[in-house]
Amino acid sequence: MAYSFPEEVLEHVFSFIQDDKDRNAVSLVCKSWYEIERWCRRRIFVGNCYAVSPRIVMRRFPELRSVSLKGKPHFADFNLVPEGWGGYVYPWISAMAEAYPWLEELRLKRMVVTDEALELISRSFKNFSVLVLSSCEGFTTDGLAAIAANCRNLRVLELWECEVDDRSGNWLSHFPESCTSLVSLSFPCLDGEVSFSALERLVSRCTNLRTLRLNNSVPLDKLPNLLRRAPQLVDLGTGAYTAELRPELYSKLGDAFAGCKGLKSLSGFWEAVPSYLPATYSICAGIRSLNLSYATIQSPDLVKLIRQCPNLQRLWVLDYIEDCGLNALATTCKDLQELRVFPSDPFGVEANVSLTEQGLVSVSEGCPKLQSVLYFCRQMSNAALFTIARNRPNLTRFRLCIIEPRAPDYLTLQPLDAGFGAIVENCKDLQRLSLSGLLTDRVFEYIGTHAKKLEMLSIAFAGDSDLGLHHVLSGCNSLRKLEIRDCPFGDQALLANASKLETMRSLWMSSCSVSFEACKLLGQKMPSLNVEVIDERGSPESRPESLPIDKLYIYRTIAGPRCDMPSFVWNMGERSALRFS
Amino acid sequence: MSRPLEHDYIGLSEVSSMEDSEKISSSSSTVSTEEEEKKNALNLKETELRLGLPGSESPERKADARVGISLLGRTVEDKNGYSLSVLKNFVSGAKRGFSDAIDDSGKWVFSGAPSGSEVDLGKGAVLFSPRGGNGGKSLAVLENSNQQPASAVPALKDFVPPSPKPVQDKKPQISAANDHVAPAAKAQVVGWPPIRSFRKNTMATNPAKNNDDAEGKSGSAGCLYVKVSMDGAPYLRKVDLKTYGSYTELSAALEKMFSCFTIGQCGSHGVPGRDGLSASRLMDLLHGSEYVLTYEDKDGDWMLVGDVPWQMFTDSCRRLRIMKGSEAIGLAPRAMEKCKSRN
Repeated sequence: MAYSFPEEVLEHVFSFIQDDKDRNAVSLVCKSWYEIERWCRRRIFVGNCYAVSPRIVMRRFPELRSVSLKGKPHFADFNLVPEGWGGYVYPWISAMAEAYPWLEELRLKRMVVTDEALELISRSFKNFSVLVLSSCEGFTTDGLAAIAANCRNLRVLELWECEVDDRSGNWLSHFPESCTSLVSLSFPCLDGEVSFSALERLVSRCTNLRTLRLNNSVPLDKLPNLLRRAPQLVDLGTGAYTAELRPELYSKLGDAFAGCKGLKSLSGFWEAVPSYLPATYSICAGIRSLNLSYATIQSPDLVKLIRQCPNLQRLWVLDYIEDCGLNALATTCKDLQELRVFPSDPFGVEANVSLTEQGLVSVSEGCPKLQSVLYFCRQMSNAALFTIARNRPNLTRFRLCIIEPRAPDYLTLQPLDAGFGAIVENCKDLQRLSLSGLLTDRVFEYIGTHAKKLEMLSIAFAGDSDLGLHHVLSGCNSLRKLEIRDCPFGDQALLANASKLETMRSLWMSSCSVSFEACKLLGQKMPSLNVEVIDERGSPESRPESLPIDKLYIYRTIAGPRCDMPSFVWNMGERSALRFS
Repeated sequence: MSRPLEHDYIGLSEVSSMEDSEKISSSSSTVSTEEEEKKNALNLKETELRLGLPGSESPERKADARVGISLLGRTVEDKNGYSLSVLKNFVSGAKRGFSDAIDDSGKWVFSGAPSGSEVDLGKGAVLFSPRGGNGGKSLAVLENSNQQPASAVPALKDFVPPSPKPVQDKKPQISAANDHVAPAAKAQVVGWPPIRSFRKNTMATNPAKNNDDAEGKSGSAGCLYVKVSMDGAPYLRKVDLKTYGSYTELSAALEKMFSCFTIGQCGSHGVPGRDGLSASRLMDLLHGSEYVLTYEDKDGDWMLVGDVPWQMFTDSCRRLRIMKGSEAIGLAPRAMEKCKSRN
């Protein structure tokens, strides 16, 4: 059957298939489809940069134009992964510089990116047009300057929550006057100042600019000029949103916003003062996405703004919004799909705002399309979780962080097992779940029984025994990523479910009860896994083998043990084991 | 389910077929059950890796020597005399309080040390209970666990929020919830609550202006991670300045962190200074060696650590660098001048 179509026809058909999973399925049909598909695959997503080597990727897919890579485990975001663990992008860049001279797009997350890597990118790929760096570190504004200066066709440059050293070389000025191709420029995580005149000129000449997200250093009085030069903007991240109340600035700002009729997304609002918020009202009706999570504004002013945005689909906000503000949200924003509420004072001992489980319950009642929730709060009850689960069976992402570890149901003082059980039982399409509060093995039994579509699970300070981990590993059919900290899970469940680990992307366990000898056993018996023991206290060899190790990161790989492990990371594989003998 | 088959994790057992094996194990890699009857002629008991402490017998193991016990902090010693109470400290620091959370109804696992046995993963909904003599079934019963949970889990609609338990049970749970607050000033747990560094640092530098409590909280963010690099070291570290109260504490921590990179011998030059800074061991250490501890402040200037009061230091420090003394020569006078100009 495969031979009845010429290759070109099949290739043409495959070109309509973009989704990774579909492409993978296509490649499994038969050998000739595999061959044809691999030659015409243009984009690839590597969820764990150590699962495969650059050489293997390049050997199979010789014609890639777009590469996405992820490096460190998710818990690196919370400082649980020591510096120097890994995730270096340079080897990939240097391999791709040879293999993919026509590379156009690079998207990196949680990787260590150096200036050398950025410079190499800027020199190696003539058609390079998209660079997105999320939660990356290791580079300075010098590297950005190289990108700006050398990438003639740059369309997208986005930096999300990266740690960047500011070298004050005025990187933005390195965009040549001939550069008019920018569609998206986003740098809210940069500390330093940028040249306003360079920025204004750049914005003026890039008439296709759709996304512009500034950093805190751009003062409010510069914003009207920028907006006037870019009325076609769809996504705006303001700079500092604070100034003394000056009527002429206020009206300039209001006019400037009014001119951007296509704005759909607003963010930034660093140090926002309430008096300037109404300047945005003219375009609020079109706003789909609002990120106020850095705006330390109190509830009444937040509510006024939200009431202007009836078409809101995504809201990120601080807990200053309080329960009453969330009530207003629930009344006004019937299209809301995603809500994230961040804590304004996460380390305070007591609540500084009146935000409780009620706010989330209100939103779950009032917003029928709500699918994605990230909610930090200080109290929760099983009853509330029941209500939320009943109201919103369409939830796909539910991340609840009760700030106090092991906090019970504040009404009954029971564990929150039943409440989370209700969530997983009712929300049949749940893909991502983060647990918190007082939880026993029972909740994991519910999860293992019901959460069949769950792909990512985050657990902290929960469970009683290996039974909990066993329920998850044996029951969650779709599980890809599991991250666990400070739970009494140990050897048995891990070893009993060893083969499950081959079906997952990765498992992280820190401050649990996994012994060194179990790690060694796992590493030796499962050659398709990298079992990495991370321990800054020194070699686990120096302690009795039955003692728990500090951190464990297990991931499937076809590339074998990696060569760039620092001194506090040990691979438990067969060959590595020789080190210990 | 049929009689549980022996599953030798090492894969040497002849018996390898299993129904519904996917979730539990592949045919060649299951956990050793430490069964009494060994089909395998090669009796690997002696060489096989077990999960217990060295010297502990299986399956007649009397004490579940694994970390389950360690969580309780009970001192259970095996043949080799390892005291397991020490394990408690290794298990996520001193905040666990599991031992306080046990209530008498057997709610928590590993309730019995002497009579205990391996974790009974096969009991489905029922939390682990001591098993006594039936050692043969233990982990092999994993297969059964798959079939049980569905029936064992109470259906959602049947769930009735339980009435508050009697006081006796309440207390342990309260203490479980609050146990880690035992120290009066709550100790920071690393990485909790799970907030990204960027957000933490941003909130730290921009506390709410119109929040009533803003005045009372200096460093309201609760943590302040700064990078520490050392000339010649292959990678840098991060420290949370808020976890230290003085230069002495910081120096002790840095010394431990970077000791593997051998800072030179501690010299005996004290640096006469304010606020008892001459007591700073790191200063002594570094002054006697070729290294000097410096920091980059908010203005981007590099200064010597130790010249200003601790609070002022943490407010302005953005990054630390242990640099070679030869490079630091120009720093001292500037630091003093800058401090004078501030005062």
